[in-house]
Amino acid sequence: MKYVDEYRDPRLAERLVEKLHKMVTRPWTVMEVCGGQTHTLVRSGIDRMIPPDLRLVHGPGCPVCVTPLEMIDRALVIAARPEVTFCSFGDMLRVPGTARDLLSVRASGGDVRIVYSPLDAVTLAQKNPKREVVFFAVGFETTAPATALALIQARRLGLRNLSILAAHVLVLPAMEMVVTAPGNRVQGFLAAGHVCAVMGYEAHHEFAARHRVPIVLTGFEPVDLLEGLLMLSTQMEQGRHEAENQYARSVSESGNRHAQQVIAEVYEICDRPWRGLGVLPHSGLRLRKEYHDMDAERRFASNTFASVEPRECRSGEILIGLLRPDRCEAFGTRCTPEQPLGAPMVSSEGACAAYWKYGRAQRRV
Amino acid sequence: MTSSSFTPQCPVPHVESDSIQLAHGEGARLTRRLIREELLCAFANPFLSPLADSATLPAVEGPIVMTTDSSVVSPLFFPGGNIGSLAVYSAINDLAVSGAFPLYLSLALILEEGLSIDTLRRVVASISEAARTCGVPIVTGDTKVVPRGAADKLFICTTGIGRQRKDVDAGVQRVRPSDKILISGTMGDHGLAVLSAREGLDLGDNLISDSAPLHDLVDRLLESGAEVRFMRDPTRGGVAAVLHELVEQFSFAIRLDEASLPISPVARGACELLGLDALHIANEGKLLAVVSEKTAGAAIEALRGHPLGAHATIIGEIADSPSAEVLLVNRFGQVRNIDEPSGAPLPRIC
Repeated sequence: MKYVDEYRDPRLAERLVEKLHKMVTRPWTVMEVCGGQTHTLVRSGIDRMIPPDLRLVHGPGCPVCVTPLEMIDRALVIAARPEVTFCSFGDMLRVPGTARDLLSVRASGGDVRIVYSPLDAVTLAQKNPKREVVFFAVGFETTAPATALALIQARRLGLRNLSILAAHVLVLPAMEMVVTAPGNRVQGFLAAGHVCAVMGYEAHHEFAARHRVPIVLTGFEPVDLLEGLLMLSTQMEQGRHEAENQYARSVSESGNRHAQQVIAEVYEICDRPWRGLGVLPHSGLRLRKEYHDMDAERRFASNTFASVEPRECRSGEILIGLLRPDRCEAFGTRCTPEQPLGAPMVSSEGACAAYWKYGRAQRRV
Repeated sequence: MTSSSFTPQCPVPHVESDSIQLAHGEGARLTRRLIREELLCAFANPFLSPLADSATLPAVEGPIVMTTDSSVVSPLFFPGGNIGSLAVYSAINDLAVSGAFPLYLSLALILEEGLSIDTLRRVVASISEAARTCGVPIVTGDTKVVPRGAADKLFICTTGIGRQRKDVDAGVQRVRPSDKILISGTMGDHGLAVLSAREGLDLGDNLISDSAPLHDLVDRLLESGAEVRFMRDPTRGGVAAVLHELVEQFSFAIRLDEASLPISPVARGACELLGLDALHIANEGKLLAVVSEKTAGAAIEALRGHPLGAHATIIGEIADSPSAEVLLVNRFGQVRNIDEPSGAPLPRIC
């Protein structure tokens, strides 16, 4: 398969691993920001192929994981309304709210659908004019253009029965939080390639200089990640702190201007609570005033729930790399994909899910 | 007398409505007419035709094997098959991989009020054709109609009866380290084809269900002289679910080789796009077998000699390790777990 196989080539990977072993001369701790990267690292076993001195910690780049509990609970209340058809990406369905999840809302009669694109929600709204179609807009800058486009299209079609529950978050403020957290050990970042494909990486130069931390924008295949780690290690060993681009086949300096315009037309930046991390300034997207009529939070205003985080879930520490998933006491015992305490165990980009799915054999060997 | 020697006399179908009504299930005139005109003609054989409450079947030498299956697939028609042929093959395949010759089928239809008669006819024709091709008559049946909304168009339950083969004793207890794990072809085609049809995903024209009857292929394998320890058709939950079921019952691990897993290019593309693992996706026409190391070559040769086994390959082996888990050696030589599918990413695919 073109654009995939060449980035999974075992011989190429082997050569990069050799170079990494030569490059790394002392202990370094680096964070891969995106949950998709975490999954590739653990799934392919790269975390075991690289020099032991190169320590990987897994970052907050799992949008499902960082969606605050209050937002999940709000989604559950809306999804349970009889007039609502609630649309979500598949991996949100098993994320636990305070009392239940979307799957159990569906089991008790709620009309909850898995969709593959926000535009599917537009089609559903068109076909079912008597239903209130709500799309759960979760994701980083990567999915925000698609949800924005869905709203623009719905407006163009004159649809009055579509709204979204906006829970979009931004990556750089989360990296900022990691690097400024007391006790931070992260000395370099593999930044999320897909986000940069949309937003570009002009801001990353300033970030790298301000925090004196090297950044490599990196793709998602094994060879991408090894190359990214080699570039990052080279910077660290040489005492440089720049933003470099490993993922040049998708990412340009200025990103996708059209997608950025679409985001700016529909959304504005706001402070946003992150699950386990608290409120991060300028870290989320909310609908602009012109789109308030399509804001599900306003349309279905409700504050009759009290969200309570399970005390045992340490996803906040997991999400900023302070705790490795398999070192959590609940991992695999009181927290499994079937009975999750928190989202990282069930999201397709969650670090706990990666360790559970792929990692058990590796750590025993 | 066999089903093929019986020639039914069918009147021209005469149904007053173009869709199923509740009255079609009330046991009176419309029910009788529906059964006579739409079903009996399609399935006629001497066991069924008396329309008694049950079928009386000839004595069978040796143990009989029985299986039952419900088909609720949505949509009813998908590339490569439909709910009718799927229902027939499901029962036949369950018998075949249990080491039985399929002999008879029962058929129960649950129809939703409003189902178009034309749809019913197409499904019934497909059931009839599938049963005829497999040489397995439908000997008894039942039809119910439920109010609109109480079912989704059409559900089918099939029960299969077969005769246990004398030459086979496929059971978990005989599986041992170094045995090879074989699959008769590419993985995940059915689940992806149904998902693509249902969700209107444009994933390419070549995404076609593998829905097919496996009894001939199983014959071919068993007659090859291969020492077959275990057989299963990896349907819901895919190959991963079957292998987990296997390791749960005995104390060996299974080690798969990623580079040898057969996945068609279009299925691979779809999996990449949707974030799915072909090991977790349903097949409806694949045979998974565990065969002794020394006869694995003969087994592969036998399978490849049949059109349904052209891409048969060895995908792994039973490992001499007491941990009951399914492992995969990836292209970088690293080992990872293959998890059981959890949740329901692909509901109602069969």
